[in-house]
Parts: sequence; C-alpha cells; structure tokens
Amino acid sequence: MLIAREVTKEYQSGDQTIAVLRDVSFTIPQGAFVAIVGPSGSGKTTLLGLLAGLDTPTRGTVLLDESDLGKLTENERARLRGEKVGFVFQTFQLIPTLTALENVQVPLELRGTPGATERARDLIDRVGLKARGHHFPSQLSGGEQQRVAIARAFANAPKILFADEPTGNLDHATGERIFELLQSLNSDGGSTIVLVTHDATLASRASRTIRLLDGEVVEDTDLVAGSAA
Amino acid sequence: MIGLSRSTWSLAWRESRTARRRLLLYMSSISLGVAALVAIDSFSANIIQSVKEQSRAIMGGDLSFNSSTPFAPATDSLLDSLSREGISLARVTTFPSMAVVPRTAGTRFAQVRGVTENYPFYGTMITDPADTWRELHEGANAIVDPSLLTTLNAQVGDTLKLGFGTFRIIATIKDAPGAAGIAEAFGPRIYIPARYVAETQLLVFGSTADRSVVAKLPPRTDPDDFIKPLRKRFQDLQVRVRTVTQTEMRTSDAIENLSNFIGIVGLVALLLGGIGVASGVRAFVARKIDTVAVLRCLGASSGQVLGIYVTQAAAMGLVGAAAGAGLGVAIQFLLPNVMAGFLPVDVEVTLVPQAILTGLAVGGWIALIFALRPLLALRNVSPLQTLRRDTDADVLRLRWTDSPRIIVNLALVSSVVAIALLRARTPEQALWMSGATGIAILALAISAGLLMWAARRWLRSGWPYVVRQGVANLYRPGNQTRAVTLALGFGAFLISTLYLVQRNVLRQFATAAAESRGNVVFFDVQQDQAAGVDSIVRREGYEVVQLAPVVTMRIAAINGKTVGEMRPVPPGQQGRASWALRREFRSTFREKPGSSEVVTEGKWFGPGALRERVDTGEISMEEGIAEELNVKLGDNITWNVQGVGIPTRITSLRKVTWTRFEPNFFVVFAPPVLAEAPKQFVLLANVLEPSSVALLQRTVVNRFPNVSSLDLTSIRRTVDRIVGRASLAIRFMALFSFAVAIPVLFSAVSATRRARVREGVLLKTLGATRGQIARILLAEYSLLGVLGGLTGMLLSIGGGWAVVRYIFKTPFAPALVPVAGIAAVIVGLTLLIGLLAGRDVFRETPIAALRDA
Repeated sequence: MLIAREVTKEYQSGDQTIAVLRDVSFTIPQGAFVAIVGPSGSGKTTLLGLLAGLDTPTRGTVLLDESDLGKLTENERARLRGEKVGFVFQTFQLIPTLTALENVQVPLELRGTPGATERARDLIDRVGLKARGHHFPSQLSGGEQQRVAIARAFANAPKILFADEPTGNLDHATGERIFELLQSLNSDGGSTIVLVTHDATLASRASRTIRLLDGEVVEDTDLVAGSAA
Repeated sequence: MIGLSRSTWSLAWRESRTARRRLLLYMSSISLGVAALVAIDSFSANIIQSVKEQSRAIMGGDLSFNSSTPFAPATDSLLDSLSREGISLARVTTFPSMAVVPRTAGTRFAQVRGVTENYPFYGTMITDPADTWRELHEGANAIVDPSLLTTLNAQVGDTLKLGFGTFRIIATIKDAPGAAGIAEAFGPRIYIPARYVAETQLLVFGSTADRSVVAKLPPRTDPDDFIKPLRKRFQDLQVRVRTVTQTEMRTSDAIENLSNFIGIVGLVALLLGGIGVASGVRAFVARKIDTVAVLRCLGASSGQVLGIYVTQAAAMGLVGAAAGAGLGVAIQFLLPNVMAGFLPVDVEVTLVPQAILTGLAVGGWIALIFALRPLLALRNVSPLQTLRRDTDADVLRLRWTDSPRIIVNLALVSSVVAIALLRARTPEQALWMSGATGIAILALAISAGLLMWAARRWLRSGWPYVVRQGVANLYRPGNQTRAVTLALGFGAFLISTLYLVQRNVLRQFATAAAESRGNVVFFDVQQDQAAGVDSIVRREGYEVVQLAPVVTMRIAAINGKTVGEMRPVPPGQQGRASWALRREFRSTFREKPGSSEVVTEGKWFGPGALRERVDTGEISMEEGIAEELNVKLGDNITWNVQGVGIPTRITSLRKVTWTRFEPNFFVVFAPPVLAEAPKQFVLLANVLEPSSVALLQRTVVNRFPNVSSLDLTSIRRTVDRIVGRASLAIRFMALFSFAVAIPVLFSAVSATRRARVREGVLLKTLGATRGQIARILLAEYSLLGVLGGLTGMLLSIGGGWAVVRYIFKTPFAPALVPVAGIAAVIVGLTLLIGLLAGRDVFRETPIAALRDA
C-alpha cells in the first residue's frame, strides 16, 4: 500500500519559491497498475522521486507499507528501497562496467542475499536474455538493456516497482514488448507498478491513471470509477 | 560505518573493471615518492650495517689514541701500563712525504704510514702479489697504493725514496679494510715498517704527522666501559681517544643525516604525489556519479557506496606503492655503482624488509588519505540523480562544515606532520618543513583564487570569443583552477628550489677554486730552508705568491683563566668548545691581510704594533674560531709556544675564504710578537704550465727531501670531480621531482578533461572548428600554466633562500634565468597535456559524446 497525503514539493530559485507539486493525495493499493501522466513539466518525475523515497516532500507525507518516508534517514530509505522498491528508468541506468548478469546481481549483493548468481541467472532467463548475460550494456540493444533493467528491478521481489518513461527511448514494437513484460510481472507476481509516462495510449492500458497538470492532480480514474460504483 | 560483506567486496572488484587502469594511473602519482623513500632507507640501512661490521677493521683495533705531536713520556708510560695488563698495542705514524722513484724520476705527494708488526688487529690487508703483508717487516720495504705506481710510472721491485730513507716496493694494496674514499685522491698510501720511520728524517720539528696507537682488548670487553676511567688522563695529555662504537656512531649519524635530507625530498615528492592522487580521484569520482546514484536507488547505503570506492582506491594505492617500492629496490641495487668512491665502507646490498614495509605503509596511507578527500563527496550523491542529473560540481559539492570532511582534512594535515617528524633530524626541522609546505600550498591556493577573481572581474565582452570562453573556464562551476595551480606550482616550487640550492652551494667551490693565485704549495719547509726553496722557485722563473711562516702553539689561558680551569662544552653549545681549546694552532704573522681574508671587526695592526714588540702582542682571529672559543675583540689569550707563554690581545676579527687554496690561518700575529719563535714555512708558487709542476717538485725534493709539495691543480680537479658528482646527484633529484610532477599534472588536468571534452564536442556540434577549440583550451591552460609556474618560481626563490641561508649558511643569489626556464618548461608541459585533451574532442563523434552526457 502506497499513500500520498497532501504532498507538496517546493524549490527555491533565487528568492522565489516554486511549487512543483501542490497537495497531491492518493492511495495505491497493493497489486495495482497505475499510470501517472501529464505534459512535460507537470511534476511527474518529482512525484515519482517522492513516492519512491528518492527525495522528501516539503510538506505532506508519503507512506509506503506504513513507513513514513519523510521520517526515515537517507540510509533507512536506502534499505527500504533495497527491500521493497524496484526501478526502471527511461535511460535504463545500467552500470556500464558490469555485465548484464552482474547488474541484476547488484541489489542482491547489496543486501547480502545468498545464491545471488543463481537468482540473477533465473531473472535474466525470465526476461528472455539467457544468452546475453555476459554482455556489457554497451553490447546490448536499447530493448535488451531495458529488459536487464527490469530483471534487476525484480531481483529482490519488490512490492512496488516504479517505471519512469520505460519505453521512452525505445521504438514502438520494442516498447510494446517491454510494456507487456511489465504487465505480466504485475499480474503474475502481484507487484504494484507505478508507471510515469506522457504516452496517452500506454497510460490507457493501465488499470488506473493519475493525471498531473502544473503540480496538481487534475484527474484520477480510480476516483471516477469509485464515484461511478 | 563501512560494513563490507564479501559480496560487496566482490562488487567493488567487478565495478572497478574498466576504471582500474585509470585509477591505478592516478594512484601511481605516489610511486616515485615511495621509490625514493624505499631506496634511500634501504641503502642507508645497508651502509650502517656495513659500517657496523667493518668498523673494527677500519680502525684496526677496538680503541685508538691519537696525537699530532710525539707522545709525551707520561703518555708512553700510561700505554705501557695498559700493555702490562695484557692489552695488545700497535702503532701507526701517518705523515706526508714526497715519494720519489729514482729510476723513473717520478715524484708524487703521498701519505706514509709507519706501522708496527702486529697492525692491523682486525681485517686483512690483501696485497698483490698475494700474502706479502707479513714480509713488509723483513727489511726496508714498502707496500703502496696501485695509483702511486701509475703516477710514478713505477713497478713492484723499484726503489722508493721517502725523505732521506730508501725503500723497496714489494707489493701493492689490493684491498685494505674500509674504502680509501676521497683521501686517496690527495695522496696515495704507502705502508712502511715503523722502525724505519726515523730513517726518512721527516718527523722533524713542527712537521705534520699523526701518531696513533690502536689497542686490541680482551674478547667481550666493551671499549667504552674500558676507557671510561682513563679518558680524562689521556685528554689531559693532549691525546684523543676514540672507540669503535664512537666511530660507528659518528659514521651512522652522518649517513642518517644525509639520508634524512634526501628522504625529505622523497617525502615532498610523496606529498606532491598525494596532490596528484587527490585531483585524479576527483576526476574518477565525477565519472562515478551515475553509478552511485543507481546503487543508491537499488538500496545501497552511503557507507556501502563509500566502502566500495575506498576499497578500490586503497587497493590501487597499494599497487601504486608496491610498484614504487619495487622501483626503490632497483635503485637501491644501482646506488653502490653511482656512489663508488664516496662511501666509507664496502657496502653489501641486501633487501631491507623494514624499509620496504615502511615505504608501502607510508605510500599506501598517503594515497588513501588524499583519495579519501574527494571520495567523501560520493556519500552525498542523491538517488534522485537517476531521474534528473545536476552538474558534476553541484552533485559533489561538500559543505565546509561537513564533519567527515573536517576529520579527513585534520587527518591529512596530522599525517603529513607525523611523517615529517619521523623523517626529520629534529622536531623543529619537521615543523619548519610542514610549515613551509603549508605556506606553499596556501600561497598557491590564494593565487588560484586571485586568478579566478581576476578572470571574472576583467573578462571583457570585447575580447575574441575563444579567449573569453577559455578565460571563463577558469572560474565557471566545476573548474579545476585550484587543483591544477597547486600541482603545477608545487612541482615548479620543488624543482626550482632544488636547482637554486644546488647552484648556490656548488657555486662557492667553483668560484673559490678559480680565484686561487697559486697552484703549487710547499710545506714543512724548515727555517733554514725557506730562502733555499724560495730561490729555487724564482730561479726556475716562477712567481712566489706567498711565503708564510708557521708557528705551532696551544692556548694556555683566556682572560687569565687557564685551559685546565675552564669547563669546555661539546660542539654546538654555547661556551668554549673543547676541540678548539685543546687543538694545536698553526699560526702565522703578517704585515698586511692576505688576499683571501678581510677584517670584519676591529682594526688591523697599526704601525706601532708592526714596529716593536710590546708586553701584550696584537692578534687577529678568524670569526668562526672566535665563535667556537667564545672570545671577542679585546679579550686576552695567552699562548704556549714551545713552552714559552706569549700574552696577546684580540684587536681584529677576520672573515676567511677557506675554499680558496691558499695558506690561511685561524690566528694571525703582529710580526714582532713571534719574531723569535721557532718556525717553519709554507710557500705558495704559481706555475703556469701544468707539465712544469712535476719538474719543480722534483728539483725541490732533490735538494730538500723533507719538503713536501702539493699540486693544487690536481686537487682542484679532484674537487671539481666531486662537485661535479654532487651536482649530478642534485640534478638527478631535480629531474626526479620533474618526473614526479608529470603524472601529477596529468591527474590534475584529467580532472577537468571530461567537462572540457563534453563542452568541446557540444561546441563542435554547434559549428566550432578544430582551431577554435584548440585556442579555447590554449587560453585556459596557458593562463593556468603561467600562474602555476610563476607562483612556484617566486616560492622557490623564498624556499631556496631559506635553505641556503639557514641550512648551508652561505649567501644566496637567485638565478632568475634558469628558474624562469624551469617555469617555461612547466607552462609548455601544461599546454601539451591540455591540448592532448583537445585531441579527444576530435576523436569522439558528437553523437557518442552527447548520448554519454
């Protein structure tokens, strides 16, 4: 369960205060597939950073499985991310000096999980890259890199996965396959998925859409569905 | 804090994969410093060990008793009593003589050693033909250094004349205990049986000779304990007593002082290397921001992140230090060849584990602590950087109040001071050294700050674009102006300081030797021979530059207090130095000051003092000896001249240029005072053609066999050779510092390289030509180079002045042109390295660079 309560994020720019997010509130239940959409500059990425505990809000609270992220120290948030959170980025963010397999091993090794290599090999297998495990990121195509990133995101079987424009750097067909992979991981494993995108078609396939404009929630399909029910 | 599990360790290892070589390059900045420390520590340990093993053999016994005058009857009876107690004694009388081989008519100044049959107690004399040492005593035989035969064109079996004595050369010395060193260059050694010394008739009144007795103690007797109760009695008899342990300690001290000095250069090289490590690691850290942000997203704690990179840096630092230690050991094994002829003993080179481990530990620690400073910034890399990337400079900015940073800074400063304390002779020196380093770093940081300020302040929009861009690079965010200036300036500072010190110290010898007005000196000329020698020189058509009378004497009393009543102090302390009080003075009298001396205090003898003998005669003292004796103008000194007391008063002090090869004296008397004293003479002649010197020496020695003469030209050549070697050694150290500066410079420049390449590529995409980009880099790096070089140059003039003035105690003359040359080379090097970065701009395609960005 992920809860945002009146989350506001402000930045200081010179002597001006700019509010990037204003009083954003919603609840995402375990197992949901949510898309956060909005035009460039609407605050999507900032919101993702706050929800994932990469940053802390100026006001308001973010609760991830009852932990108030704002009250944790940087290192406690890191531990929480290692245990419960997975990430997929637009630019893949694989560590260039590690092979595909080793990239997947990283979260396991950071936690000191035994049998890291076997688990990583299994994950690489599941994203269909069995033969490519020993390649370096620079030797892989964009789609393959993103699949490695997804395998890495699922290494610790996270309760929630955040994906920032996961198909933004990929051609349409490849993007489609990546999206399907995310969907299957959501339905098979029960992981919550929070997807940030400005692609309306992609968003429409999520079970719920939260639309941001100028830092405020202007639409939430769940609320619509809820009010319709 | 840094909980490194086995898996994190393996992650650190794998993650370093492609960066390992680059990181190693940065960390290798310390290698040369480690090499210097290991080489010098190992080698001096080898020398000290060899001294310990050979000191008995060098002395020839456990104890020695020396005197420059014949032993008094009281001394002889004291020695006899020792011998009755079962202590073996051997006698060695050393004196100079002209060696003449009649067959070839060759003459050569030599050191004669008359030895008794049982000499030496320790060590073996190896002769050629073998085993002839014992035959020396079978008749009037001589065993000589091979160099004597070469210069005299003689061979074994020839007859050798020493004074009035005639000897047969039966062998040459292949190897004597201890190394001959420089002494041999002044006069080859000739061993003759002690009982034939008298036949030479050279030990006449006032002649220079050293009488020494060496003693062999029963086994397991400590020489120092043994002599303790007797020391005072020997001293009162004007006999110097030395023990093996004393000699050992003195040699070890000298070696340690020398190695400390060189060690300090090594230490500064290490420090410079540390700066290189810091700026290299800064560049490395900038490359790692993205990876760290991802690791943070994946749940890595700041401790884990720091652990990964500290592990990598420490491992590479250790590899760099190990490479340095290896190089140091290689240098250690080469050193005996380079130093041959300078060492007091034959040095056996062996590995010294302690020196190697110290080098590794000090080098590894310096590398780690300097790397830690930039690495600390990685702790604060936010995982948010995966979503939105700030500039490297913004990400890595640390607050002044960041406590780990303060701790690392403190650890850094205290490590430097601690290592300086370990190396330097005195804590005071260590603090001076740390202080000077601190001042240099501060001055460079301030000048870098000024440059940034000036660039911002005076940058004009009217300037050509490329210049504006280059100058702006100096102060824009992420600039490396401070790091580059520091590396450059410190390198320039170190190199030119070494150069200035070398130049100033060695210049003294060169100029002094060149200014001497004569080149052949005749000494031990007896009173009745002076006119004869003088007339031979003039008859042969040569100039007599100086004919100085020499009167030997000792101090009887100062200001009415006898030497026996005084409490002398050891060297270096305030008071009257015992060596100066007890020494035998060889004084002269003159009407005018000599050409190598000037009166600095008081007045030279007035007409009255020159004309007639008064009750208290006037004397002029040399400044240095006056300081040692703790006497000043107007003090009274009573001299003992052959048992006659002569009261005098100091009426002037002189400064003497000792390095000029002319007869110089501590004490000069007004002539009437010593008119009737027994004396001998020293005569300095000027012989223009070097080939005629030998002929003149031969003529004089044929007529007056007891008169020795030295060819100063050959001594000057020897001195020149030694000075040449010394300056070669110092030049080598300067070159070495230069070699240290290069990797440091690379590291410093590579810190900005990434940003510059990225910008360059961007500019290229926007249409900048190769020439424009090169000019931008040229503007930036030439300013950095000029600033670093110039500041380093100014600092080195200050540093050189301090070292020359306070350590070598000689006047300092800055050599601007060569130092400016060094600065110019530094500027050139900076430009070259800067432009190499420019080359990368053109190697990368815009797409690759922008995607990478």
